[in-house]
Parts: sequence; C-alpha cells; structure tokens
Amino acid sequence: MQVADDIKPSYPLFLQEEYQQLFRNKARFENRVPPEKVEEVFQWTTTKEYQELNFQREALTINPAKACQPLGAVLCALGFKNTLPYVHGSQGCVAYFRTYFNRHFKEPIACVSDSMTEDAAVFGGQKNMFEGLQNAKALYKPEMIAISTTCMAEVIGDDLNAFINNAKKEGYIPQEFPTPFAHTPSFVGSHVTGWDNMFEGIIRYFTLNEMEGKSPGKNGKINIVPGFETYLGNFRVIKRMLREMGVDFTFLSDPEEILDTPADGTYRMYAGGTTQEEVRDAPNAITTFLIQPLQLDKTKKFIETTWQHQIPKLNIPMGLDWTDEWLMKVSEVTGKPIPESLIKERGRLVDMMTDSHPWLHGKKFALYGDPDFTLGMTKFLLELGAEPLHVLCHNGGKRWEKAVKKVLAESPYGANAKVWAGYDLWHLRSLCFTEKPDFLIGNSYGKFIQRDTRRKGREYEVPLIRIGFPIFDRHHLHRYATLGYEGAMYLLTTLVNAVLERLDDETREMGRTDFNYDLIR
Amino acid sequence: MALRQCAIYGKGGIGKSTTTQNLVAALAEAGKKVMIVGCDPKADSTRLILHAKAQQTIMHLAAEAGSVEDLELEDVLKVGFGGVKCVESGGPEPGVGCAGRGVITAINFLEEEGAYDDDLDFVFYDVLGDVVCGGFAMPIRENKAQEIYIVVSGEMMAMYAANNIAKGIVKYANSGGVRLAGLICNSRNVDREAELIEALAERLGTQMIHFVPRDNVVQHAEIRRMTVIEYDPTCKQADEYRALAQKIINNKKLTIPTPLSMDELEELLMEYGVMEKEDESIIGKSAREAIA
Repeated sequence: MQVADDIKPSYPLFLQEEYQQLFRNKARFENRVPPEKVEEVFQWTTTKEYQELNFQREALTINPAKACQPLGAVLCALGFKNTLPYVHGSQGCVAYFRTYFNRHFKEPIACVSDSMTEDAAVFGGQKNMFEGLQNAKALYKPEMIAISTTCMAEVIGDDLNAFINNAKKEGYIPQEFPTPFAHTPSFVGSHVTGWDNMFEGIIRYFTLNEMEGKSPGKNGKINIVPGFETYLGNFRVIKRMLREMGVDFTFLSDPEEILDTPADGTYRMYAGGTTQEEVRDAPNAITTFLIQPLQLDKTKKFIETTWQHQIPKLNIPMGLDWTDEWLMKVSEVTGKPIPESLIKERGRLVDMMTDSHPWLHGKKFALYGDPDFTLGMTKFLLELGAEPLHVLCHNGGKRWEKAVKKVLAESPYGANAKVWAGYDLWHLRSLCFTEKPDFLIGNSYGKFIQRDTRRKGREYEVPLIRIGFPIFDRHHLHRYATLGYEGAMYLLTTLVNAVLERLDDETREMGRTDFNYDLIR
Repeated sequence: MALRQCAIYGKGGIGKSTTTQNLVAALAEAGKKVMIVGCDPKADSTRLILHAKAQQTIMHLAAEAGSVEDLELEDVLKVGFGGVKCVESGGPEPGVGCAGRGVITAINFLEEEGAYDDDLDFVFYDVLGDVVCGGFAMPIRENKAQEIYIVVSGEMMAMYAANNIAKGIVKYANSGGVRLAGLICNSRNVDREAELIEALAERLGTQMIHFVPRDNVVQHAEIRRMTVIEYDPTCKQADEYRALAQKIINNKKLTIPTPLSMDELEELLMEYGVMEKEDESIIGKSAREAIA
C-alpha cells in the first residue's frame, strides 16, 4: 500500500509483501509456466544453437536499431529559423516523433500533423493539407512550413507538390509563403534518409530556380551540413573550431538553440536556426562540408549538380585522424591556417589518449548506431588501441559495410571485428552471449541486452556505455560533443571511466577481489 | 435459410452490374430477401434497382459527416425494387486517394452496424473489374462472400481476366472457405461462345452456370434505369435471368478453382479460333521492317 507521506515509485514499492502476494495470486489466472521452464528457455536463447536460428530470421525485425524517415525530416526542419515541421499524414505518427525527441532532449518539440483519418485515406489528403496549412500558419505564425509525410499518405500516393500548389492557388496560404517538402515514406530507408530527403527539399525549394548570378566562392564562406545529428555539443564544437580558425561559415540546419532553450519563464516555439537568406546564399559558398557523408546521398547530388560545389571527400570528423583531416581540408579550401589553440587542443587529446591507453588497450567493444557514427567510433576505438568486436548498423548498407571493413583492415586491432549491416538488436543480443565483448556502445535500448546478459551471471554481463541516439534513461548527455578533438575527449573520458567503473565493481568484494580495488588507476 | 454471400467479379465493362441487378431482381421476385453491396468507386451497382442516377455512397456520406463513426445505417441503406436493399461503398475520384481502402471501410461499417441481418437470404457484392489490390479482395476475406461468380464472355480479354480472378480466388480458398461457384456467360455473340465457356469452366474446375443471351431489351430497360424483370416481366430475357436465379438458388457446385497457365489458356483460345497461332517470325518487327 502507498502511504501519502511516503509515496514510493514502482521500485521499491512492488517488493513489499502485499504486492508480492498479489503477483503470486495472479499466477492462477495467467496460465503461468513454471520458473524452471522460463529458465530453460532463457538459457537456450543464449546458446550458439539459438543464434543460428536467430540469424536465419527473414521477415521479422526484433528490437530495431533505427527509426523512420519522417522523424529525421522533423529534426532537419527544426534546424531552420521560425520553421514549423508539418507532417502530412496520421496524427499518431507525429505524437511519436514529438515524444521521441521530448524524451531525448527533455525539451518541448513543436511539430504539427494534418491528422488524416479514414475518409482522407480513401479520398486522398488534399482537404487536410488545405486546412492544415491554413490553420498552422494562422495559429503558430511560422515563416516557413517544412512538409514531410507518414506512410499512410505515401501508400495512397498523395502528391505533395500538387496539393501544396493547389492550397496556394485556392488561397489557403499566400503564393509566396515558403513550403519546402519531401516525400518520406517510413517503409523505405530510416530516420537518416528522412533527414537527407527533407534537407534536399529545403535547399531545392530556395535555390533550384534562383541560381542566376550565384557561383561557388562568391560569399567566401563554407557550408556545414550536419545530417541527423543529436549531440548539441557537436554543433557548438564545429562552430568554435571554425571561429578559432577565422573561417566564415553557414550552418545549414542548426537546431542547437531550439533543442536547448533556457527556463526563464518564456516559452519559445522557435529559437535560432538557419535563416532563409542563408539558404538562398548557400550556393555562393566556397564549398559544402557534409559532416555525415554516408547518410547524405540526395543532398550531395543536388549540391554537386545545382550548386556546382566540389564536395570534399572526408569522413565524419570523429577521433584524432579524421578531425585532423577535416581541419586540414577546411584550411586548404579557405586558405586559413589551423590556429595554435586547436593545435594545443589536439596535443591535449593525444596526452589524454596516452594516459588512458593502458586501460583501453585490448578491451573489446560491440557497438551499434547510425552509419557515420559507427564508422567514426570504430576508427576512434582503433586509435585508442581498443578492439571493436561487433560493429552493427541496422540502417547501414553495402557502402557502410565496405567503409567499416576498410578502416578495420588498416589496424591490427581490427583483425577480429565482425561487421553487421542490416541486423537488429536481437541479433546483437545473441552475439553478446556467444562472442562476448567487454562493453557495449549504443543508445538506451542496449540496456536490455545488459539486463539479459546479467541474468546469465555476473561474468556474462556486458555493460552498456550510452553513446548515440536516443538516450532516454540518462540526462543531458546530448549536450556534449562527440566530434572534433573536444568530442574525442568526451568519448575517451566516457569509455575509460566505464572501464574503471566496471573494474571497481568487480574488485569491490572485501577479502576476495579487493586486492585490486585500488585508489589510483 | 442461412445467409449466402456471393461476390461477382469479371473484366471491366463485361456487364457485371447489369447482370447482378437483373439476377437480384429475379431473386427478389422469387421471394428472396437480397442486399447488393456495390464495391466500385463509380457507384453504379444499384441504379437499376433504385431508379436512381447514382446512390449516395458510404464514403461520400462519411466524408460529409466527418467520419464513418458518425454515420447511421439508414443514411446509407436504400430499399428498391422487390425490397432489395442497396448500398454503395463509393470511393475517390480517379487518380487520388485509395479506392481499396474505401471498400474495406464500407464493409467494416456494414458489419458493425448490423446490415447483415438474419432476414437476408443473399448478399451480392458487385466488385470493380480487376482485383487490383487487397481492398477489392475484401468481399472474399474470411466470413464474407463464400461463393464467387465470374461474369465472362467469349472474348479473349474477358477470359484472361476470368482466369486471373480464379488465380486470386485460389489464394483465399486455400486458407478459408471461399469457393468458385461458376461462370456466368454474358453473351457477346461470339462464335461457339457457349461451347468455349463450357470448356473454360471445365478447365477451371467449375461450371458455366448459365448462358445469358444478348437481347436489346436489357438496354431498353437500362435507359429507364430499370431491370428487365421490372420493365417487361413477360419478355424472354426476363426468363433467362429467372433461370439464372433458380440455378444459383440450387447451386451446390462450389470448388477451389484450377487456373490455367498462360500457355494452356492460349491453347484453348486457339482451339476455338478466338486467337490465332503466334507467328514467331514477326515478333518485334516494325511495319517498315515487315516490308523489307
């Protein structure tokens, strides 16, 4: 029973005897199998035999390590000034996108849907689009509405271009009101594809027919395109590095402000973000840097063919080498030297890597997440002398697989690594039992793998290190950086302290293992 | 008598709606209680029974009311000649939306609202030409139509379509109770037509349940938005529909169809002179090449 003066959450409340009694009584109605049977099946799911069956799965995904296209489209739209993300389709989908971001960023997310229901599914959603655009503009007063779609609208083949033009023709919104759009079917690609599609839709809207008088280099800036990026520190660190270099830049899609608004009594529906003017001017930049090139195919094609930019061939600036390469390329195209401050910062990172090297050397990691993240993380682990054991990317394709294998082949620490493109977290669970890594790197969903491995016994437990998206069960990690030297410092700190934390855990037993429970590590 | 649910399929323009309505009128005349469910966005499956241009459809009324939940059965169900109950599912204009979803929505609505009451003897679903997607297979899903009649003529494309529909039925027949109940030949005055359809029926493992001859009285009735049964109950054609109705009442031959392969079907068509033997030497040759 709850006591009003001492309200307890489910844990430890449910451990009290009256609840335990309740659970025992329920067994009669649940047709519950005996605990020995549960144990037997659990043990079976940890075997090699089960793994083989598990990897024969064809039609079923269990615990996906990816989300759907419109989620990415919404994040992309949030990065533009006074822009309202608008999803043409069903309401529940949009509630999902909003809560997903709410839970990760702990921020309110402004995003609307035109709530297609059964009759809209049959007759097409044009009427919803008309009223939706009119209402959204009148109520929320955006300067731009960025439109994407859910699968409901995609399955019935709704034509965004025609619907939006008709809405303007019939006067629901003014002709000149900016309404970039992208078709983002959830059953194709993943959230990173949706980001790419929405971004391409936005730059297409503002530049495709306005290229006259524009040419690469005219404004002397460089463009930065982040892709699906949720570490706000990454926006900040890239800006800081460029400022220290004295490089003038435009961040194309910059949600740093809107996803980190202060609590000062004022609700901000819009804050910060890339302006329409900046997008219009973007073709005049010297070139465009794609921070996560593996997920920006459509964007790359448009920028190369329409803006005529020669996009530098770089990897995600994660870890030491690739941050070096990135900065050197920026320096090369802008003619600005790399300043002393960044050289010193690099030196500090190298110092940290050397300090922690004894603890990370030879430690085996399984990691999962988005294509560019897993590639960059693999590269950095190798730089630290750690051994990637399983690299898994549910939304990674052949190109990702090739890129990861190439990086692994360049280091002796990559010799034992296995690369899994298109596999889910239930596959990874099997791997964590049969070929156990020391640690798991990924988003919050990995905690269930940790729980399951712990169930088998302490020596089987694979602790989760939370790096990625989404992270629902730890606070404020999204405010750190994972890119640049600064990001590498954060990653390194996180990794080495996880290793030390674990070692402390294992050696905390007085009189048995505490001969290694050391004050100094 | 237990409710029998029948679906009528066939190539577009073959005369499904006309045949269904005349058949239903004959059944009603014989004292049967019948409902027609039009499953075609064109909504022309009930006009001869209701003397109406086009009935207000479920989807149209749902859109007006705001949602399907706001509709009542009596808003959509109209009663016409011989007490025949009529509903049209309706659907979008060509080129937008999803007509298949409209059929699903409409049939679910009818079930939930209890349109299939115990008094009914027959329900006929008049379904759009080809079974283009899952929505148009809705009438033959579990617990709906168990008997399927295919309207066909001796023309080549009509028979192709009939064979394709039979393929579709097999998919549902293996898991559920749906069966092919027969081919209705709606004559186009093709040579040896009855023989040909008999042969096709046999190959499909079914029967030609009736041969409906061509008669202009059907068109005369139709321009008055009437069935032949109502327009001229004494004419010969009315007796043909009555005969079809009696055969369907007494029909016991329900089978899982055995569709033909393309080659087998073409062989059959060649045998009856509907199709010429292929001349391999002319395939892919333009007019100019043929001269040279």
